[in-house]
Amino acid sequence: MHLEVPILKQGEFLIATIQAALSDADLEHLRLALVQRVVRFRSRAVIVDVTAMDVMDSFASRTLREIALMIRLRGAETVIVGIQPEVAFAMVQLGLTLEGVGTALDLEEGLAYLNQKFKTIN
Amino acid sequence: MANRQNPPRKPLERELGQPEIPRNEAPPELLRELVAHLRQNRTQLREEWLRRISETRLLTAMTKEEIFAEATSVYDSYVEALETGTFEALQAYARNLSERIIPRGVETHEVIGIVLLLRDVLARSLFAKYQADFEKLNRILDAYEPAANRIANTVAVGFVQERERVIRQQQEAIRELSTPVLQVRERLLILPIIGVIDPQRARQLTEQLLRGIRTNRAKVVVIDITGVAAMDVTVANHLVQTVEASRLLGATVIVTGLSPEIAQTLVTIGVDLGKMNTVGDLQGGIEQAEKLLGYKVVPVSEPR
Repeated sequence: MHLEVPILKQGEFLIATIQAALSDADLEHLRLALVQRVVRFRSRAVIVDVTAMDVMDSFASRTLREIALMIRLRGAETVIVGIQPEVAFAMVQLGLTLEGVGTALDLEEGLAYLNQKFKTIN
Repeated sequence: MANRQNPPRKPLERELGQPEIPRNEAPPELLRELVAHLRQNRTQLREEWLRRISETRLLTAMTKEEIFAEATSVYDSYVEALETGTFEALQAYARNLSERIIPRGVETHEVIGIVLLLRDVLARSLFAKYQADFEKLNRILDAYEPAANRIANTVAVGFVQERERVIRQQQEAIRELSTPVLQVRERLLILPIIGVIDPQRARQLTEQLLRGIRTNRAKVVVIDITGVAAMDVTVANHLVQTVEASRLLGATVIVTGLSPEIAQTLVTIGVDLGKMNTVGDLQGGIEQAEKLLGYKVVPVSEPR
């Protein structure tokens, strides 16, 4: 069963909220959808909310990083928000550190981080 | 790790190809005779034992009077254990004794040494008494040796167990006073680390910090390691992991108070500290954290 991740447009940002554990195919689908829409909606940034993920394996982590790098190439920013403490701990032990990807505590923080960032640019 | 096992040993007699000497349960009258002998010669044997103890320079941490008092009780419990064949009382005494002498720096080899000395002193006296009657000596020793060895065993195990208990207790105490995660300003945490960091503690620290970041919604964390004397590869990597995990939660980590020695070690072992934000001391770290958070601290007026 294919699990669609809802992607909401919120002003200049896109917000993707992962609501359950995703299969590898779902993740790839999410990657494609985000990379397409970021240009279609002329978004300045993408927020991926992973609060509901209680496991982050190497594929998921790599895909998130790829999403961030691809979106940068498409001219926007990415912030991963809502990584759980236990998940973060497990990730660094596996060496999955999402290098070069913005992170924030939760959605609110992520929005604050982006607003701050774009304010300083403009 | 600890459960390395020795291969099972065959009985000594068969190994050496000697004829088996029949070993029966010690008849009670023999044991009674033995105990009576030890009771009768209590003063003399105890003196002999004490002489041997001071000769071999054991228990140097204790005074002569203390050794005398302890030796008397050990001797009496020893004879009692021989007589009754029950070791509970002796075990309790050994534990109690260990509790008193461990803090004074008495070592395991000393405790085992004195018990073995007592065993030898008593065995000698048996030899002397029964030297005319070899068969009887043999039977007496049959009764004496297993009991004596069990006593030595009991005391040694009791001492070691007590020591381990003390060590465990201290480890727990250290862990408990471990590490507070403190909020010094809105969204700013400090984590002062003091003492030795082992992998278990490092893990606990990281978990505490990550939880603290979430509950306090922290943006910046200052980890102060002024109180950490030494750091090896494992611990350094744990520190790096803590920094990375905090970043995944959206918090920036500033490490402060790296001593010259630790800096030297880290450079020598080549730990990648590129991701780490380091500032000389805790004050500098807090100042930088305030800057990151957009605080500006100015004196309100001249100090009164």
